[in-house]
Amino acid sequence: MHPWVGAGLEDRRDILAELGLSSIDELFASIPAAVSIDRLELPPARDEESIKLALAKLSTANLSMDCAPCFLGAGVYRHLRPAVVDAVLSRAEFFTSYTPYQPEISQGTLQVIFEFQTLITRLTGLGVANASLYDGATAFVEAVLFAHRVLRGKRDLAVVAETVHPMYRRVLATYAGAAGIEVVVVPPGADGRLDPQAVRAAAGDRACCVALQSPNFLGIVEDLPALAAAAHEAGALAVEVVTEAVSLGLLAGGGAFGFDVVCGEAQSFGVAPGFGGPHLGFFACAEKQVRQLPGRLVGETVDSEGRRAFCLTLSTREQHIRRAKATSNICTNQGLMALAATVWLEAVGGRGLRELAASCLARSEELKRRIAALGGPWRLAYPASPSFNEFLLLGPGPGAELAARLARESVLAGVPSSLWGGSWPDGILVATTELNAAADLDALVAALGRLS
Amino acid sequence: MKRRALRPELLFFERNPRRVRRQGVLLPPLDVPVVDPAAVLPAGLLRPPDPDYPDLGELEVVQHFHRLSQLNYAVDEGLYPLGSCTMKYNPRVNELTARFPGFADIHPLQPASQVQGALRLIWELEEALKAITGLAGVTLQPAAGAHGELTGMLMIRRALEARGDARRVVLVPDSAHGTNPATAAFAGYEALELPSAADGTVDLAALERAMDASVAALMLTVPNTLGVFEHRITEISRLVHDRGGFIYMDGANLNSFVGRALPGLMGADAMHINLHKTFSTPHGGGGPGAGPVAVSPALLPHLPTPRVVREGSSFALLWDDPASIGPMRGFYGNFLILVRALTYIWSLGGDGLRAMSEVAVLYANLVRHRLAGAYHLAYDAPSMHEVVFDDSLQVRHEVHNTDIAKRLLDYGFHPPTVSFPLIVHGALMIEPGESVAPEEVEAFCDAMLAIAAECEAEPEFVRSAPHDTPVRRVDEVRAARNLKVRWTPEDVKR
Repeated sequence: MHPWVGAGLEDRRDILAELGLSSIDELFASIPAAVSIDRLELPPARDEESIKLALAKLSTANLSMDCAPCFLGAGVYRHLRPAVVDAVLSRAEFFTSYTPYQPEISQGTLQVIFEFQTLITRLTGLGVANASLYDGATAFVEAVLFAHRVLRGKRDLAVVAETVHPMYRRVLATYAGAAGIEVVVVPPGADGRLDPQAVRAAAGDRACCVALQSPNFLGIVEDLPALAAAAHEAGALAVEVVTEAVSLGLLAGGGAFGFDVVCGEAQSFGVAPGFGGPHLGFFACAEKQVRQLPGRLVGETVDSEGRRAFCLTLSTREQHIRRAKATSNICTNQGLMALAATVWLEAVGGRGLRELAASCLARSEELKRRIAALGGPWRLAYPASPSFNEFLLLGPGPGAELAARLARESVLAGVPSSLWGGSWPDGILVATTELNAAADLDALVAALGRLS
Repeated sequence: MKRRALRPELLFFERNPRRVRRQGVLLPPLDVPVVDPAAVLPAGLLRPPDPDYPDLGELEVVQHFHRLSQLNYAVDEGLYPLGSCTMKYNPRVNELTARFPGFADIHPLQPASQVQGALRLIWELEEALKAITGLAGVTLQPAAGAHGELTGMLMIRRALEARGDARRVVLVPDSAHGTNPATAAFAGYEALELPSAADGTVDLAALERAMDASVAALMLTVPNTLGVFEHRITEISRLVHDRGGFIYMDGANLNSFVGRALPGLMGADAMHINLHKTFSTPHGGGGPGAGPVAVSPALLPHLPTPRVVREGSSFALLWDDPASIGPMRGFYGNFLILVRALTYIWSLGGDGLRAMSEVAVLYANLVRHRLAGAYHLAYDAPSMHEVVFDDSLQVRHEVHNTDIAKRLLDYGFHPPTVSFPLIVHGALMIEPGESVAPEEVEAFCDAMLAIAAECEAEPEFVRSAPHDTPVRRVDEVRAARNLKVRWTPEDVKR
């Protein structure tokens, strides 16, 4: 007997009697003996205290990001997570409910998603956003597949900036083959920025999209208007990827400059780093292309008494209806993570988000100034290029070694820039957020000084 | 029971209509010099202020989401018998362990030496799922069931490429989940539908005819979407394997046979496991889920990267492996969901998991027994963890399955899955799960019987249901015709 199995032994006997059976085994008679087993090779049940201890033992074997001054980023950021976010997430009405297929008893989830979609459209500058996707990497893949569909598969080349997160590009490589899409990668110029002319040349006349990240993997803000123009000149869709969503507090989303898709990772909006997941991808496009949009979508309508109500809509794009002709393989969204992002964005507020982003920027700029002043073997890889809250720091040795040495100085200084290769110098990507107090900057600069 | 809302809940954007400054979250004090964004960033790229993105105080935010939450039905409220979705109790201790700072606040790119506990947790869950499936290897990376399907099919594709065998067709039974043909198409295959035999299982003769050298795989749900076990599973897999194909097993219905049978013995080459079904992680209003895939030795070399590898007593991540299909998503999976699933598996243990499946099957058969006669049983074969009725007895009174579903809302129950599987016209697919007390299952049966009586006595009342929910029947057709998927400032003027 176990508390999570609702029927006790007498209950089972009673039900079996009602069914006219003498043993539960009779209910499993249709399973052939050749595939049956008597028991599982797993340890016996454990009580709650023992489980908590066992899991706590695993968790304390990890070094949490709060244990030392932390400048880790590269697609996953440590931002403030006010208690209100987890309080809302912990409401069973949200976390123990299913996909809102029955709108009459799901208005809570549906209205939250409608608000999430609206927030994402305002931040990206585009007309439609979906209810979220698995993560930033798969949102990027969906953007490339979307462009391929919009241009009806006639153009099978995807032009991708090398400064799109290298892990995202690896995920794209997994899917591109089966989709019949060829990927060409354009390295950045000497200033770490993408050259619109290089993009135009790579696209030729058969690109379905030009995809780039801003701020890019090196933390540098790209020249979005020129890059959108280059993509459109080639007849391709312009796709912007954003991995640090808080940057949208200060920087306009690509929609304002003509980008056709703005997508990426919204973990920064109140979602725990959690060793890489669950996070949430976001995806926005122009209204006219809504029928090619991947993932779930909530629309406003009325009930039979004319009151405002919300429901899932355009589900004819989805695989449970369209089967082999669906726009995407994606079935779930990251509902609870989209809820977290919505609560976070609403609790922080419009002006609050600007101030929070400005705080990240100010701390990053201060750190850049102090590292430049430090001199010695430490230098910024791209001192003249504009950045938001992350930059590439070079020092005496390869990035992975530097990060390890700085960790021994009790500073989580950043992510090695060449974990997945790359044409850029091998150093550390240093990310700064509103949670990095001046004392954290002191600690990092002092540690760098000791390693000079 | 969900009652009518006392007042409509305004949208976030309709609050603070005068757009005055209210204090949202208090930021940490700016203890570095202020920077003018226009001084360091290209002015043309900066965002102008958005007057229609309001600021609210904290209680206003809390009340907003609290009131919205009350419009939702949830597992904690009552039976949620969605067939094929396995809505079970989400244990509270799972929520506690997943929030340990040593899990929630670690970065995926910290050096392996700083995250040994997390890597070990991944390894432990892989080992547990290997024991549960009897298969040789596991990836925890896929974010959901359909994502797991795609992962499995891409591995099959890679294995065929590796032996220089280009095949183009994937066989999918007509009773399959809609995701199966979609997945086959995404993996670059043509999905060919396989008709079912009279009892709803695979028609061996039809398989015999279809299974030729062009077929890469058969995608099979066990037990199938009618809740019927493929009793000739070993013959099916032998036939497919003998002709060079693979078996992709859809594990959506695993909850019915944990500790009773092993997919490894059934001949599965790849099977996804929905942790948010069988292993109790929350559905979260539509995700995040997790869809690990277990594989046979034939597919072992092709598992996605990065992979956790054990080196003596320590653990490392393997990012590069030329035989792998590569990464399916960022990082290592929905890690905090994995924490919850391992908490569940370790809590129940081997015997508890077996008891879980036994009671899930027992309850489904109780529902079948109680509703027999009042509703028409679509297929007479033995039911495992779910039972499929149809609305043919009620259609005589011009009441359809969707009406019955809406009427159940008035009785305080979530409806079963309707209109799936597609091979049953007017389907009502009921999966009670094992977590509730027997009285809850009985109360649900009583409600279904009462509705069956209403269909005869006052069909119009059933057709116009629901009557006592936060909103009345929602016009889904209008939502698609007059597409409105975001709030705009113009809404205020209208």
